[in-house]
Amino acid sequence: MSKTKTLSKTGRDHLITYGMVIIIYIVVEILLHAGLINNQMQGLLVPVCYYSVCAVALNLCVGILGELSLGHAGFMCVGAFASAIWSYQMQSTSMPAGLRFFIAFLIGIAAAMIIGVIIGIPVLRLNGDYLAIVTLAFGEIIKNLNSALFLGIDSKGIHLSLKSAIYLNLEDGVDPIVNGAQGIAGTPRDANFTIAVIVLLISLFIVQNLIDSRDGRAIMAIRDNRIAAEATGINVTKYKMLAFVISAGIAGAAGVLYSHNISTLVSQSQYFGYNVSILILVYVVLGGIGNMRGSVIATAILYILPELLRGLNKYRMFVYSIVLIVMMLLNWAPAAVMFRKKLFARFRKNEGTAEGGRKNGTA
Amino acid sequence: MEMRKFTSLVLAAAMGAGLLAGCGSSSSTSSSTASSAAATASVVTDTTSTTTANASSGDTFKIGVIGPLTGGASAYGTAVLYGAQVAANEINAAGGINGYQVEIVSADDENDAQKSVNCYNTLKDKGMQILAGTVTSNPCIAVADYTKQDNMFQITPSGSAEKCIANDNVFRTCFADPEQGTLSADYMSENKLGKKVGIIYDQSDSYSSGIHDAFVKEAKKDGLDVVSDEAFNADNKTDFSVQIQAAQDAGADILFLPFYYTEASLVLQQAKKMNYSPLFFGCDGMDGILTVDGFDKSLAEGLMLMAPFSASATDEKTQAFDTAYEKLSGGEAPNQFGADEYDTLYAIKAAAEKENVTPSMSVSDICEAMKKGMTEIQISGLTSDSITWDKSGAPTKSPRVYVIKNGEYVEESTSDSAATSTAASTAS
Repeated sequence: MSKTKTLSKTGRDHLITYGMVIIIYIVVEILLHAGLINNQMQGLLVPVCYYSVCAVALNLCVGILGELSLGHAGFMCVGAFASAIWSYQMQSTSMPAGLRFFIAFLIGIAAAMIIGVIIGIPVLRLNGDYLAIVTLAFGEIIKNLNSALFLGIDSKGIHLSLKSAIYLNLEDGVDPIVNGAQGIAGTPRDANFTIAVIVLLISLFIVQNLIDSRDGRAIMAIRDNRIAAEATGINVTKYKMLAFVISAGIAGAAGVLYSHNISTLVSQSQYFGYNVSILILVYVVLGGIGNMRGSVIATAILYILPELLRGLNKYRMFVYSIVLIVMMLLNWAPAAVMFRKKLFARFRKNEGTAEGGRKNGTA
Repeated sequence: MEMRKFTSLVLAAAMGAGLLAGCGSSSSTSSSTASSAAATASVVTDTTSTTTANASSGDTFKIGVIGPLTGGASAYGTAVLYGAQVAANEINAAGGINGYQVEIVSADDENDAQKSVNCYNTLKDKGMQILAGTVTSNPCIAVADYTKQDNMFQITPSGSAEKCIANDNVFRTCFADPEQGTLSADYMSENKLGKKVGIIYDQSDSYSSGIHDAFVKEAKKDGLDVVSDEAFNADNKTDFSVQIQAAQDAGADILFLPFYYTEASLVLQQAKKMNYSPLFFGCDGMDGILTVDGFDKSLAEGLMLMAPFSASATDEKTQAFDTAYEKLSGGEAPNQFGADEYDTLYAIKAAAEKENVTPSMSVSDICEAMKKGMTEIQISGLTSDSITWDKSGAPTKSPRVYVIKNGEYVEESTSDSAATSTAASTAS
């Protein structure tokens, strides 16, 4: 197959992903304006987007870089807190909400990337599963640190404490911004579905273009065979850092969306613990490792499903776990893959040979 | 590759839809009612389905309850739901609010702010007009933002963080965390319980640290001497010997324990082992200490706690509530969360009757009327003989202090005037 053919194939593949997101967005917006979506669904739109963004970020780390990270909820946490502190402090000024939110994104992403660099420098030099262990620990550390953090700003400057709000010695009438275990309450709710979809599209654009670039090929070469990659002169640590830090930054952006979607932000395990990191990993694995579109689809299904199952009460999580198992089997079990191939072979005959070439592409 | 993914997606979606459809018929009768409570919910389902049966839209008040019905905090959520149900059944049996029946619609938020907002949206779809929730503080703050936007009347039974009632459409029935700390310090100094106070608190819990911060501030004003101030967190709450030792070394004669009874029972046991017996003083989270499995009740002898409600009280109202509650919960004794919600529903009834609110009014009109009504009523409930509300949404009620004597709660007399004034000053 000629080179142009392969390029257009990946190009088309990416366009399908963007198209899918945009079409879903347009359909949802039309339904919203027609009043056909109930309140429950409306409330789920932004969370689906930010978990999708985080899943795309993690997929870059797990699927393309080939390093397991169990701390992406930690990066979300960093992005969420950094941006929420900014927005909380700035909401009393005359700064327009749009600009404030944009800067909040920059701050959240930058904070997550800086933490990503700090973690990456020692760990990404190692071979093996160290990143998984370190990120797992990092996620827990960041969560506990944030829940012990007291921070306030008054006319004298920034006050910081890890003990209690009393030790901040703030001026009278000034409330601490971050109040330890009580977190931040009263951040402006700037996020909406449109912004969330734009963030998702930008994340997809960044990740998919990275994959197609020269750097992306180097990253995947490291994933597939580190020694061979090193032998061809690829700077392994540099490319690992590149992918990991971008991944952390995108997860930080997801955190910014998170903290601007509801007005309270608390650093507790149900929001940012390792369970959440693993939940995001589940989205990535079930959507297909290395498959960005799959991550988005899996996130949408697996986030909305438990909410829809609320009517089942106590059987809810039981049904959800069965769905997880069945999805996994349908995606990966050899027998199921064979069955699908047979099924589609029949469709193919009817459709003609136009699609035939693509079928043989790598999965 | 795309096709393969697509099929798997379609199949999974089809299966998910099939599951939903299959269960739809069985869940439709119960999902709008309180049955999501817990495994023991069968009784609840029975009672609520009768309420639903004679209720069609437009002539019932739909009151929402959002709280953790599963997970670590489920004890609070289920208690609130039972409390709401007891009150609703009573109100309905007595002719309803302004002649209209009350229906409770509930949802499980798992003590998660985002899920709580999802629950709020779900209940809105079910036609909720008034929200008698949410149970826990953080979800409450998140949901209050949305009720403000929709201008829906909200009254939380137990959201004790100060910011829960920051919006003008949100009221609360319980004391705020800082109020409990302030009241505890005042009570200690007024009744001359001791001079030197040791504190142990849960730093990772907003309830505990909220009380702690206010207590330390007020203790300074009251002339109490805080001699030791030690924290623990959610990850190491089994061994308190270091914290107890610090209090003992500092010679504290009161040990203030503003956290939940499970951990408090361990503190009492470990203090006993260390031959340290100061006056133990707890807040409403201490309620329930006598029910801990395997706990030697004699250790709690002399323990003081400031709590709004005790199931062991012998007055007629509490006894009637206990009986009705235990019938719903399958024998489980009520706690203050259930009692708070019970009072909350009666407050809604009183305010709605004051302003002649009817279910046919819009959510926003109900809210405006209720906001006005709430400040004009005075109710006598389980958690206080007299509760009134001001515009900020904070209740004014007298705290109750219990002492454990012979394994029973015995109410101590409190000075009402001091309590009322502090409650008002914190609220302002």
